[in-house]
Amino acid sequence: MVRQVKQPPIRVLIAKPGLDGHDRGAKIVARALRDAGMEVIYAGLRQTPEAIVQAAIEEDVDLVGVSILSGAHMALIPRIVQLLKKEKASDIPVFAGGIIPDEDARRLKKLGVRAIFGPGASLEEIVTTARTLAGRST
Amino acid sequence: MKGTARLPKAARDVRRGDRRALARLITAVENGDRSAEPTLRALYPFTGRAHVIGITGPLGVGKSSVINELIAHLRGLGRTVAVLAVDPSSPFSGGSVLGDRIRLDRAPEDSGVFIRSMASRGHAGGVAIATRASVRLLEAAGFEIVLVETVGSGQVDVEIRDVATTSVVVLVPHLGDEVQTMKAGLFEIADVFCVNKSDLPGAERAEKHLTDLAGTGRPRDGWTARIVATSTSPPRGIDWLWEAIAAHEAFLDAGGRRSEEERRRLAKEIAGRVRDRVGERILEDPALRGLVDRVLARTLDPETAARKLYAERFPSR
Repeated sequence: MVRQVKQPPIRVLIAKPGLDGHDRGAKIVARALRDAGMEVIYAGLRQTPEAIVQAAIEEDVDLVGVSILSGAHMALIPRIVQLLKKEKASDIPVFAGGIIPDEDARRLKKLGVRAIFGPGASLEEIVTTARTLAGRST
Repeated sequence: MKGTARLPKAARDVRRGDRRALARLITAVENGDRSAEPTLRALYPFTGRAHVIGITGPLGVGKSSVINELIAHLRGLGRTVAVLAVDPSSPFSGGSVLGDRIRLDRAPEDSGVFIRSMASRGHAGGVAIATRASVRLLEAAGFEIVLVETVGSGQVDVEIRDVATTSVVVLVPHLGDEVQTMKAGLFEIADVFCVNKSDLPGAERAEKHLTDLAGTGRPRDGWTARIVATSTSPPRGIDWLWEAIAAHEAFLDAGGRRSEEERRRLAKEIAGRVRDRVGERILEDPALRGLVDRVLARTLDPETAARKLYAERFPSR
């Protein structure tokens, strides 16, 4: 019997850690990823790093995207990376979006954040990067 | 744990409560990954123990919020709970946005809760097969109660009975005319009706309407659907809801109905799995092409074509 081998959809967690309530960007990205055929687990506003990492593990996602506009990125994102490591899940790539100054972006990348998108990033760029991070360049 | 020494590693990990191993196996099941089959086989004897509760109803009636309150209630009773939240996949891109976690709020360090979102992906055989297999994994991981959330529209709501021991249909006051249209689907599958947002005006009427409906209908297999009013902000009626669900389980156990129902479900599942395989074989059957040509040319109708092919491949003895 010939079975069609179809690539299963990429699963991605989109979450907003911290206290700012500006989730428009996260929602737009979630929709763009959905339209690109991905399964987006949308965790919504005001998530703790602990809850985000737990969701990433239970949902067995291929990657985690966090959106922060509060300025607390240097407190929250490293914590997520650290918790993933603690759960032996640092193989799950993390990318971030928001208002993140270049210098902070460099430091976050050094800590293991795989991609950072500022206000000028296009949705195509985000989708392509998400695919690459999930290990599907096709 | 008895008899786990001979299990494959992934199965052992699931039995030990390794959440990542569990999550990965659920992904394998969703993807139809055949390499997981030995593990699923090894875990099967550890399944069938949970109370599987289907929570279904139209969009926006508050299913996730009710589940959120149920989780808190059940944790208070010391029961462990897993949630499987099924949402539709886009027929266009195949993608989906699974947003049920937004409303599910619990202590991250609580290992007595496990939440998984699942896209329907237009599976052959519907949502039922992947959902059932995932429920089994959650059972094997030791969860005592598994809540399966589905949007009640189309086919999924009817299939929930093939997965759940107890089906809860969540509604809100003022569904009005929709009540009529749903009579033939959702209304028949409910073991328990949950009238949510009962703080809204019209709740009493909706409750009475449902009571009438449940009372005048013939009780299915001796069970008359219970009607419970709930609201979630602030939470009210959740303990009654649980009582009604637990009463249904007790009813099934007392009359020996539970194993009867399980037998019906399993027979249907096995038949469904066989049907999927047969369907795939037929799609690849060399004789199919010629038949399609004739049907396309209107010299043969589809039903006759199907009969011909069926009779050739499955000759009656």
